[in-house]
Amino acid sequence: MKEYRTINKIAGPLVFVEKTEPVGYEELVNIVQADGTVKRGQVLDTSDDFVVVQVFESTAGIGRDSGVRFTGETIKMPVSRDMLGRILSGAGKPKDGGPEIIPEKRLDIGGAAINPYARESPADFIQTGISTIDATNTLVRGQKLPIFSGSGLPHNEIALQIARQARVPGSTEEFAVVFAAMGITKEEENQFMADFERTGALEHAVVFLNLADDPAVERIITPRLALTTAEYLAFELGYHVLVILTDMTNYCEALRQIGAAREEVPGRRGYPGYMYTDLASLYERAGLIKGLKGSVTQLSILTMPGDDITHPIPDLSGYITEGQIVVNRDLHRKGIYPPINVLPSLSRLMNNGIGEGKTRDDHKKVTDQMYAGYAEGNDLRGLVAIVGKDALSERDQRLLEFADHFENRFVRQGHDENRTIEDSLDLAWELLATLPEELLVRIDRGLIQKYHPKYRNKEA
Amino acid sequence: MEVKENSNGILKRISGPVVTAVGLNAHMYDVVQVGDEQLMGEVIRIEGDKTIIQVYENTSGIRPGEPVANTGLSLSVELGPGLLTSIYDGIQRPLEVLVEKMGNFIERGVTAPGLSHEKLWEFVPVVKKGDAVVPGAVIGEVQETNILTKIMVPPRSKGGVVTDIKSGEFTIDDVVCTLDNGEEITMMQVWPVRVPRPVTEKKNPDIPLITGQRILDGLFPIAKGGTAAIPGPFGSGKTVTQQALAKWSDAQIVVYIGCGERGNEMTEVLTEFPELEDPKSGKPLMERTVLIANTSNMPVAAREASVYTGITIAEYFRDMGFDVSLMADSTSRWAEAMREISSRLEEMPGEEGYPAYLAARLSEFYERAGCVETLNHDSGSVTVIGAVSPPGGDFSEPVTQNTLRIVKCFWALDAKLSQRRHFPAINWLNSYSLYLDTLSKWYDENVSPEWNSLRVWAMEVLQKEAELQEIVQLVGSDALPDEEQITIEVARMLREIFLQQNAFDPVDTYCSMEKQFDIMKSIKTYAELAYGAQKLGVPPAKIITIAAKNDLPQVKFMKDYKEEITRINSAMGAEVGTLKEAYQR
Ligand SMILES: Nc1ncnc2c1ncn2[C@@H]1O[C@H](COP(=O)(O)OP(=O)(O)OP(=O)(O)O)[C@@H](O)[C@H]1O
Ligand SMILES: [Mg+2]
Repeated sequence: MKEYRTINKIAGPLVFVEKTEPVGYEELVNIVQADGTVKRGQVLDTSDDFVVVQVFESTAGIGRDSGVRFTGETIKMPVSRDMLGRILSGAGKPKDGGPEIIPEKRLDIGGAAINPYARESPADFIQTGISTIDATNTLVRGQKLPIFSGSGLPHNEIALQIARQARVPGSTEEFAVVFAAMGITKEEENQFMADFERTGALEHAVVFLNLADDPAVERIITPRLALTTAEYLAFELGYHVLVILTDMTNYCEALRQIGAAREEVPGRRGYPGYMYTDLASLYERAGLIKGLKGSVTQLSILTMPGDDITHPIPDLSGYITEGQIVVNRDLHRKGIYPPINVLPSLSRLMNNGIGEGKTRDDHKKVTDQMYAGYAEGNDLRGLVAIVGKDALSERDQRLLEFADHFENRFVRQGHDENRTIEDSLDLAWELLATLPEELLVRIDRGLIQKYHPKYRNKEA
Repeated sequence: MEVKENSNGILKRISGPVVTAVGLNAHMYDVVQVGDEQLMGEVIRIEGDKTIIQVYENTSGIRPGEPVANTGLSLSVELGPGLLTSIYDGIQRPLEVLVEKMGNFIERGVTAPGLSHEKLWEFVPVVKKGDAVVPGAVIGEVQETNILTKIMVPPRSKGGVVTDIKSGEFTIDDVVCTLDNGEEITMMQVWPVRVPRPVTEKKNPDIPLITGQRILDGLFPIAKGGTAAIPGPFGSGKTVTQQALAKWSDAQIVVYIGCGERGNEMTEVLTEFPELEDPKSGKPLMERTVLIANTSNMPVAAREASVYTGITIAEYFRDMGFDVSLMADSTSRWAEAMREISSRLEEMPGEEGYPAYLAARLSEFYERAGCVETLNHDSGSVTVIGAVSPPGGDFSEPVTQNTLRIVKCFWALDAKLSQRRHFPAINWLNSYSLYLDTLSKWYDENVSPEWNSLRVWAMEVLQKEAELQEIVQLVGSDALPDEEQITIEVARMLREIFLQQNAFDPVDTYCSMEKQFDIMKSIKTYAELAYGAQKLGVPPAKIITIAAKNDLPQVKFMKDYKEEITRINSAMGAEVGTLKEAYQR
């Protein structure tokens, strides 16, 4: 392979090379430093005049004396069944002292789009054991449902609790976890790894670790390596794969950094104009395919800068994913775990996964009623602060109390408390029973007769 | 596709979806074949010896020095039997055929024609030898699905006298009609997507597109041939609303464009529509539908093209005399595709990085909607409903603002409403329809002479409630005068019973005009009873809590509701009557 020594410019993570033979767009590049270290990169722009290479590691040590080798192929990920149980770096190199992966296949990490005609609609209910997810924002197999959180909030605990407890009731199929960390701290890494080891989850997991002190640009490929592995496990080996990507905010920062180095016209708040398309190329890699056994379910974590849900990172994510679970600082301050605020949370695929034969016939209507009650009660809190509780009508006072019950009994649960969906729905009815019956306008009479504690207890 | 001679060039630079060729003899918007794999692209700029091309497929691995060939054609679609029930990508490649050719994932370098050229269709002529036909004239019919589609003389034909006309089974390439000028007509037309198909004249729309959605038909109606925008933050209900319109609106043909959105949403349409029935004809909804799916992770250049592909197909059915409705979800992703391409061209950016021609492109697109007299002097329409996805839900951004300047209906989705699961989360205070006046006659004649005044009444109550809520926020609802406490209650009923509509309930998802009228009328009946009783001194708390009205919300979920609503109306009358008596004494 020909080696060029024609670097004429280095700017941030970008290396400009002149006088090359024709080089392919997005081709994998190896840069050999004078001391023999090899760094990897990818072609971002190619022409007869010059080639722009984005290096996935620090450019420290790269200079005019470095050699550049174009490999003639796009970046490939070696994949194999033996990856389960392995810990790899953010660039896919073994980090656990184990041997190199002996590939069964080498797959393009770009990941082609699943043909919408080949997709199968996700519809299998996943029970996570957390009421605010199962009852009110149901996760289904093949969904992409991120956790929108803020710095210092217990999103990792929630993700771990989900990873521990998630199961499809009545199913014993093979599952696997693909975990990709981007720019997380050593401490967070320990938290995840200790839990994986304690619960034996590591055996079914492939872990990719790019930590806070690892190169930021490497974060561009880490999730792509993880998703390529997940697709292989799911669509070629038939596993049901849960992918946890954390923290997507760090990924987006890396994207911004490259955009700035290329002197691109920045979009909103300095993030590249193509960030929507770029994020979609990750998030859309979830789902089911007709006639194939496995599935890819995505549970990404992102921390909203300044807890602002309109910030471009959560905003563009929310426009692509199939809902979001929003972790809230006020609930956290009140000491409620998991501090999930159901109001801005949403699961768009919920309707496919619930109801008779899947969860329970009252599920949808109970959820709607809980939302309506909590939203109204929550609004009244502002009013009470001004006019005092006594100025409220009887109806409003009940709604106000309902909001408190909702947070303290329905939202709040233990780190290891694994509620069945029946538990969660029955609990919802208990709370709804504290409201006057004529307020339950969203539930049909028939269901009220069937599940409302007032009538149930009468029967008993 | 054929390649013209001497039109070959060489690739000079590749940077994402935009590539530069040299030595290419090309015109603007020519379709070219890029690289050894002959990826499909379109010329978007010519600069000295350089030709800049947007490529509709992924360009990774393509190198400078590879060939570029010009087809000399513009980006076009194939129009003819076989469109209905199809699902295409942004450049009209049938996704079903792509699965057969390349498996579950969309790889590149595969071409597939929009229509099957092998399939035989039964052609039934409607003209005979010796008849004179003009461009746009219908010469025959094909039973494509349950819908009988027309075969027309192409718009760019000269027209003439029929010298030969066939009858029987043919492919779309077979000649079915010959004119005296020697012109041979097949069942297929090819039309460049960026050029609107001609019509005789545009007319003012005055018939509503009935959607079965109470807030739309009731408060903010759209006309057949009209335009509407649905802006809203993520998760506020744009897609659910668009899909409800695709399912239930009384258009004869529906074109649904998933432009830069989710794969699963298109799959859902594909699985759901064949199972659903048109409430009018009882036929599967899929049979009147054409889908375009260029999801967020499919190439951006093809996303840019997808709206043109969709609207051209819609115009083609309009030319047959159909009422067509087109949903584009989301026009913001289309605008972003333009922005992405424009920034790769290093064009001078306008507002928020969008190209300076954003407003022009948006208005050209919506201008292709309309109620028309076709070339054949028939009438047809294309209604265009575009979703808009403003960053951060902020409507002051360029795509929302430029769209608002063009469209006549504005259905503003509101995160506050969707968060409390008030669906459809269309804000009744900010939304508007500029068709109210032109459509009022139709409502008068087809729904009830009372309809227009009922709508005005409902809007007044809702406006009044908004003002009262400001006071309530300061002093609590008990401090309001009696009459206004009732207004608050009536407004709540309008919101919870009339405006809220559950798209996932098998009955409530579609509400006939008659049922809309009955529900609204019933709420008005209660309001009149309530104000009457209050004037006689009955305390509002008593009037508000009458038991009879608690059954009204259930009516929404009942298929045969007539008897029940009549019962509720008289029960409300009786209960309020008793109250009045008690207080009169
Ligand atoms: N009319 C409705 N009835 C019941 N539920 C609804 C209705 N409209 C919206 N929803 C709920 O809101 C969710 C989000 O709606 P939808 O997917 O249409 O949002 P969107 O505005 O298209 O978001 P995005 O911009 O991210 O695509 C749905 O999954 C559904 O749960
Ligand atoms: Mg949507």
